[in-house]
Amino acid sequence: MAKALSAIKWKHYVNYVVVAICTVVFGVMSLTGSLSSSSIYMLEKIAIAIMLAVSLSIVVGFLGELSLGHAGFMCVGAYLGGKTSALLEPLLGDVPTLLVSLVVGGLVAALFGVIIGLPALRLRGDYLAIVTLAFGEIVRSFFMNSSDESFGGSLGLNTPRYDKNTLFIIALVLVLGCLAVTQNLIRSKHGRAITSIRDNEIAARATGINVTKYKLMVFTISSFFAGIAGVLYSYSNFTVQSTKFSYNYSIEILVMVVLGGMGSINGSIIAATLITFLDMKLQTILTGNLAVLQDLFYALVLIVLVIYNNAPGLKSFRETYNLKSLLGKFKKGHDPSKVHDDEAKWDRVPTKIKMDEVLSVDLQTNSPYTPDKPGKGDR
Amino acid sequence: MNIFETLLNGLSMGSTYAMIALGYTMVYGIAKMLNFAHGDVIMVGGYMIFLTMASVGNPILGLAIAVVFCMLLGITIEKVAYKPLRGASPLAVLITAIGVSYLLQSTAQMIFGSAPKMVIVADLGNVMLGSIKLPVYTLVTLGCSFAIMIALSLFVKYTKIGRAMIAVSEDKGAAQLMGINVNGIITITFAIGSALAAFAGFFMLLKSPSLTNTLGAMPGIKAFTAAVIGGIGSIPGAMLGGILMGVVEAISLTIPAIAPYTDAIEFSILIIILLVRPSGILGKKRREKV
Repeated sequence: MAKALSAIKWKHYVNYVVVAICTVVFGVMSLTGSLSSSSIYMLEKIAIAIMLAVSLSIVVGFLGELSLGHAGFMCVGAYLGGKTSALLEPLLGDVPTLLVSLVVGGLVAALFGVIIGLPALRLRGDYLAIVTLAFGEIVRSFFMNSSDESFGGSLGLNTPRYDKNTLFIIALVLVLGCLAVTQNLIRSKHGRAITSIRDNEIAARATGINVTKYKLMVFTISSFFAGIAGVLYSYSNFTVQSTKFSYNYSIEILVMVVLGGMGSINGSIIAATLITFLDMKLQTILTGNLAVLQDLFYALVLIVLVIYNNAPGLKSFRETYNLKSLLGKFKKGHDPSKVHDDEAKWDRVPTKIKMDEVLSVDLQTNSPYTPDKPGKGDR
Repeated sequence: MNIFETLLNGLSMGSTYAMIALGYTMVYGIAKMLNFAHGDVIMVGGYMIFLTMASVGNPILGLAIAVVFCMLLGITIEKVAYKPLRGASPLAVLITAIGVSYLLQSTAQMIFGSAPKMVIVADLGNVMLGSIKLPVYTLVTLGCSFAIMIALSLFVKYTKIGRAMIAVSEDKGAAQLMGINVNGIITITFAIGSALAAFAGFFMLLKSPSLTNTLGAMPGIKAFTAAVIGGIGSIPGAMLGGILMGVVEAISLTIPAIAPYTDAIEFSILIIILLVRPSGILGKKRREKV
């Protein structure tokens, strides 16, 4: 038994443990009444933000496609979940209503994820980004112009507020579920297939990976959790208003993913927590025109971080001064800055010809491509 | 409102979109990046016009100052934010551009506040053509933007710099081997795009005088959509997409039943066109090289 326990790579499960401990500790605190209502509200917001950031991170960080419509999926979840709960609450009571509306909100958002995933099969990069942005705006405009009886129109949809002392516990448990799904997906054979699509789609396709299947899968899972987060949002607030879900909100989620480091789920969790915490704290300090300082700060952080992490000219700088090498200095006999990098040398070869151009083969990307027979396409 | 007026209105709106879309499409064609901050350059141009109007009161001078300032701004943005990322993944460049867009918006809000400023550039009145009432600003917008677009097409086709631009957009490496200063061409492209954005800002203020820090956000996204519909990277495509967008918007706004859904309709057109032709109406199919 002890051997089995020590064989588990605990490093991989740290985030579950941390979230679980937080759930238990704050849960006990709230039940004994030692948690203020503003901290409870903040915990709800943090749980929602983590779920949004983690679900966007599998699209942006692992599949490598930019989605600017994540708030749109959340919007679908919030409105449909909120409507379901408003309709069912008098009939079913609290807990069954919550479960049903979570399922409805998540599934409808997932359906929209499939609908958006379909163009994603034909489009790539910038084109896909604009289609997701357009989708988010279409959804928002639909709910904004809906009639008062259906979704409340521009005034917003009134939703029942769940018992506020326990909603955040449910939200944190759902975060655990979201983590379990995404981490197991990413660490499986399917996850490696997804990251290979990010690194080189054509090469992935050539090795027999069913790109169609994985793209749809990632979009569906991501939008499902965005929908769940939307339902939680509708429960945490009294009204759901369409103005909340503008594309600025999608970008806010994107900032969390980029800040946490693309391709790192733990990073997204930390960044989502940090940004939501700062947001709530700064809202009380920065009022009126000063509130814009916060946006200014986010913008600068976004620009500086992306340039630092991606600029080809900063490569050697990045290798000398980064978190890992600074930490590595404390370990004896290990200096990562001196590690040889063959890739860098290729760039210094004086000819302008790149290897990939030498090996170029014309491929029509838009040609109807039929993937391998089902079941064989995963390797 | 009869059909003729609606169409003319749509054409003038569309030509403004086309001017913005040209900025997107030229930068995309040459630097292979989406300059998400382009819409906010319009807003900066608007504020420059506002400042000149408030101090001197001459709209033409305001336009000139706005054009020059926006060109300098465009060049600065390119040098500081985009140039270090040349050769990095397109996703990184796009996210930086989004960051720049946010930076411009929040800086403007910090300096000028969030309350809208009224900038009455010029009251041009209406002309009567028989029974049809035509606002003069639509004619001015239409005339100026067509003149600019023709000038731009001629510039790209017949001058040395313009041909160098085409060469860079076709093959950066080969253009460099032929002695073209690629970095210089990219800088010029950003300058031209930003100047067009300043003109667009002027026309938008001519139409409605309210100026906020998000003036360029929605028109920017719509013009971007127009550029994608027309086929991003193609100059005639941007013009066609912009005009199409403006006419659809004008027609949709006059029908009460669908007027609230105007944005949704425009974006739906984008999705449908991209599904049928993934590279836009006039876009070239690119072969993917392995």
